[in-house]
Amino acid sequence: MQSQATYNYKVVRQFTVMTVVWGIVGMLVGVIIAAQLIWPELSIVEWLSYGRLRPLHTNAVIFAFGGSALFATSYYSVQRTCHTPLFSPALAAFTFWGWQVVIVLAAVTLPLGMTSGKEYAELEWPIDILITLVWVSYALVFFGTLVKRKTSHIYVSNWFFGAFILTVALLHLVNSAESPVTFWPMKSYSAYAGVQDAMVQWWYGHNAVGFFLTAGFLGIMYYFVPKQAGRPVYSYRLSVVHFWALIFTYMWAGPHHLHYTALPDWTQSVGMIFSLILLAPSWGGMINGMMTMSGAWHKLRDDPILKFLITSLSFYGMSTFEGPMMSIKTVNALSHYTDWTIGHVHSGALGWVAMVSIGAIYYLVPRLWGKSEMYSVKLINLHFWISTIGVVLYIAAMWIAGVMQGLMWRAIDVDGTLTYSFVESVKATYPFYAVRLLGGLMFFGGMLLMAYNMMKTIAGGQAVNAPVLAVAHA
Amino acid sequence: MDILYLLVPLSVVLVFLIAGVFWWSLRSGQFEDLEGPAYRILMDDDRPHEEEGTNAAAEK
Repeated sequence: MQSQATYNYKVVRQFTVMTVVWGIVGMLVGVIIAAQLIWPELSIVEWLSYGRLRPLHTNAVIFAFGGSALFATSYYSVQRTCHTPLFSPALAAFTFWGWQVVIVLAAVTLPLGMTSGKEYAELEWPIDILITLVWVSYALVFFGTLVKRKTSHIYVSNWFFGAFILTVALLHLVNSAESPVTFWPMKSYSAYAGVQDAMVQWWYGHNAVGFFLTAGFLGIMYYFVPKQAGRPVYSYRLSVVHFWALIFTYMWAGPHHLHYTALPDWTQSVGMIFSLILLAPSWGGMINGMMTMSGAWHKLRDDPILKFLITSLSFYGMSTFEGPMMSIKTVNALSHYTDWTIGHVHSGALGWVAMVSIGAIYYLVPRLWGKSEMYSVKLINLHFWISTIGVVLYIAAMWIAGVMQGLMWRAIDVDGTLTYSFVESVKATYPFYAVRLLGGLMFFGGMLLMAYNMMKTIAGGQAVNAPVLAVAHA
Repeated sequence: MDILYLLVPLSVVLVFLIAGVFWWSLRSGQFEDLEGPAYRILMDDDRPHEEEGTNAAAEK
């Protein structure tokens, strides 16, 4: 047999392993800060205090865990759907090592207290520059691969990945515009000030949710759900409508993070209206993904990978309903600054983003190491149940805590004084913090099971690079 | 709210860019077949064949 070109699975393997590693690290930090809210004395030294670990947690789970998952899945599916190996293996390798350096630098600088103070964009200017270099390389590799594709059609998942890559580049450049002051300790000042800065920050912040945590992971969904189910997506036509509707309407939802602030009222209302509009494309996509199972629902019974993928879609549906509701100003008056927001974020982050990634990683690992399935399917099943129960405990606790806090803060006696002091609402929240910690621990435990399962699969397998297949003509 | 003089034009430019890409995809026939692509990704068999060994090149 003559030697044949193979797909570049090496970089996919690297990102796959690091997805699980960073997932464990990021969720461990999450568990620690959840415990610190119950036992504040756990903040032993300043490097491990809540205020410094919290941005480390968010950066680690979003950019290290979620980012690695996106790199792995997009590199895999763009090659398979375009029937061509990745453009420039050297640049692809640079995206892997560059991204790992960004993460390690984050893990060093954030506990040291070096931060730009912008939520989800805390990393300081030298790291921002490295992120830009890695991201431009990522775009070159991804779009370079699309350009040399062997099919005329560009599969829908690639549209989602492409939009995610381009938009994140734009968001990062605009929001991280800053004047450097010193290299060490890393320090810079934002190019914007006051309410202008707040507006840019949440224009960035919500679009990061929309394009990093939604469009990117929808790319995963549109490739891996049909592949794992062995069925075409319910309506390809709807998936195309979903894509264009989502990207045309997403950009202006950000101001809903700034309801009842110094931001002009009309801007807040624009943010609310766009957030409500988003319900339509989100649910269109959710229904499209779910209905892919129509006629094959029995597969859910004994395929835990499909369970992960389909459950992630139901959490996606739930949080994309909850989000627009919370953006309504009257609802927001109750929910803003409470733990309800934390519950909402985690229903999206654990339920949707983490679960769809976990499903995709379980799909990838055997294929990348030449096995027909994971070392233990039973363990995947256990992982599924433990993490589902964990998420439900987490979000239910935060819902109750959040609504309770909102009601306590606004309660007024007949004489016009506040019924409760702030600290009374903190005290009332303790039991819910304990439930949340339990939920988080369960989800974290599930990741440990996954790591064990992955190590065993890799140990029993051998790294393979599949040959490039010719395009099938129907 | 001077920042809107940056963000609003940026969004308008973006919408035109997206519309441009949409126009390109329409003209280049991306939407001509809205059934086939869904099936075509399933015709791409990516499962490793453990016994045969010839189908998958082991990494050196």
